[in-house]
Amino acid sequence: MHAYANPTRFLAIAKPLTPWLLGVGLLLVLGGAWAGLAMVPGDYKQGETARILYVHVPSAWLGMGGWTSLAVAGLVQLVWRHPLSGIAARAIAVPGMLFTALCLATGSIWGRPTWGTWWEWDGRMTSMLVLLFLYAGFIALTSGDDGQRQGGSLSRGAAIYALVGAINIPIINRSVVWWNSLHQGPSITLRGSSIDGALLWPLGLTLFGFSLLFGAIVLMRMRRIIADNRVSARLRRLADEED
Amino acid sequence: MKAKHQRLILALVALGGVAGAGVLAASALRDEAAYFRTPVEVQGGKAGVGEAMRLGGMVAKGSIVRQADGLTIRFVATDGKAAVPVEYKGIVPDLFGEESGMVADGRMRADGVFVADRILAKHDERYMPPQMGEMPKNMKAPAAT
Repeated sequence: MHAYANPTRFLAIAKPLTPWLLGVGLLLVLGGAWAGLAMVPGDYKQGETARILYVHVPSAWLGMGGWTSLAVAGLVQLVWRHPLSGIAARAIAVPGMLFTALCLATGSIWGRPTWGTWWEWDGRMTSMLVLLFLYAGFIALTSGDDGQRQGGSLSRGAAIYALVGAINIPIINRSVVWWNSLHQGPSITLRGSSIDGALLWPLGLTLFGFSLLFGAIVLMRMRRIIADNRVSARLRRLADEED
Repeated sequence: MKAKHQRLILALVALGGVAGAGVLAASALRDEAAYFRTPVEVQGGKAGVGEAMRLGGMVAKGSIVRQADGLTIRFVATDGKAAVPVEYKGIVPDLFGEESGMVADGRMRADGVFVADRILAKHDERYMPPQMGEMPKNMKAPAAT
């Protein structure tokens, strides 16, 4: 694994991988959206509004998966100080926050016709909003700090913040089981799915497609951070030579 | 022991400690973080008369009765163990109906009727095509509990 922590080796893999992730991801998302909107029937009870799940569920998955990877990157930064871990954490934060916001927005739009309210302070919604604020805090903490000017590594504080914030992830996941909530319980568990197969398959497409898109965005952002680092290193060298 | 091993152990111990604190906090919040109370909790004396609270439960089959004024409805909220009569004047969400979940904001009246100011429909975790929704209950996909 250490071999891939080297930015040059990383770039050799990331560069050709990015267009593939982007292209296949876009195809799957478009195909899944078409299937979810036009091919499968509406829900027996909710009717057409149920179709928002093809965006809502992948958004929730990526919002939570994003923070999980952020926490892993934080741990790697703290313990092994790999040069890429901080860069990865910085790259993940923005799309993670974006998908969390998308999850909250689609949930709210679905909640109005289904529950009869845009927003309620139940366990699931509140813990998801906390995740959005955690992302905002991480981005604020890592924007324009010393690490950004020195190769992208995280400060110890930011890495610990990423790790501690990970506690919210199982809380979001379990919120509908531990507490009475307005949000329904989990539809897809290890024991199977209570979403009927006829409605479930487009979700597989969008879930996988959005995940690939997320990966493409993260790789693009990581490459940009590495490129920025190289530019500033070169400028520093030039400035030193002139002295 | 190498420095990075020390850091790994330290980080994992700290993480375990914080996770334990999180679990303790979550279980301590068990009652406080609940979005609503169930009929059995309400009848078990967890709700004083006139205290603002939320009641959640299933609308009992055949229990919705529209009152003479045409606006007020009465129904029975149940969790299978206890049942609480509910009275509500106003418009209910489209998905409100018998044998499905609902959450009501309101307060208990002295005569044991829950007077709701607002009613939300609660959706369950089952999603299926319309033709299956009309099938007999025992043929539907089992709902995860």
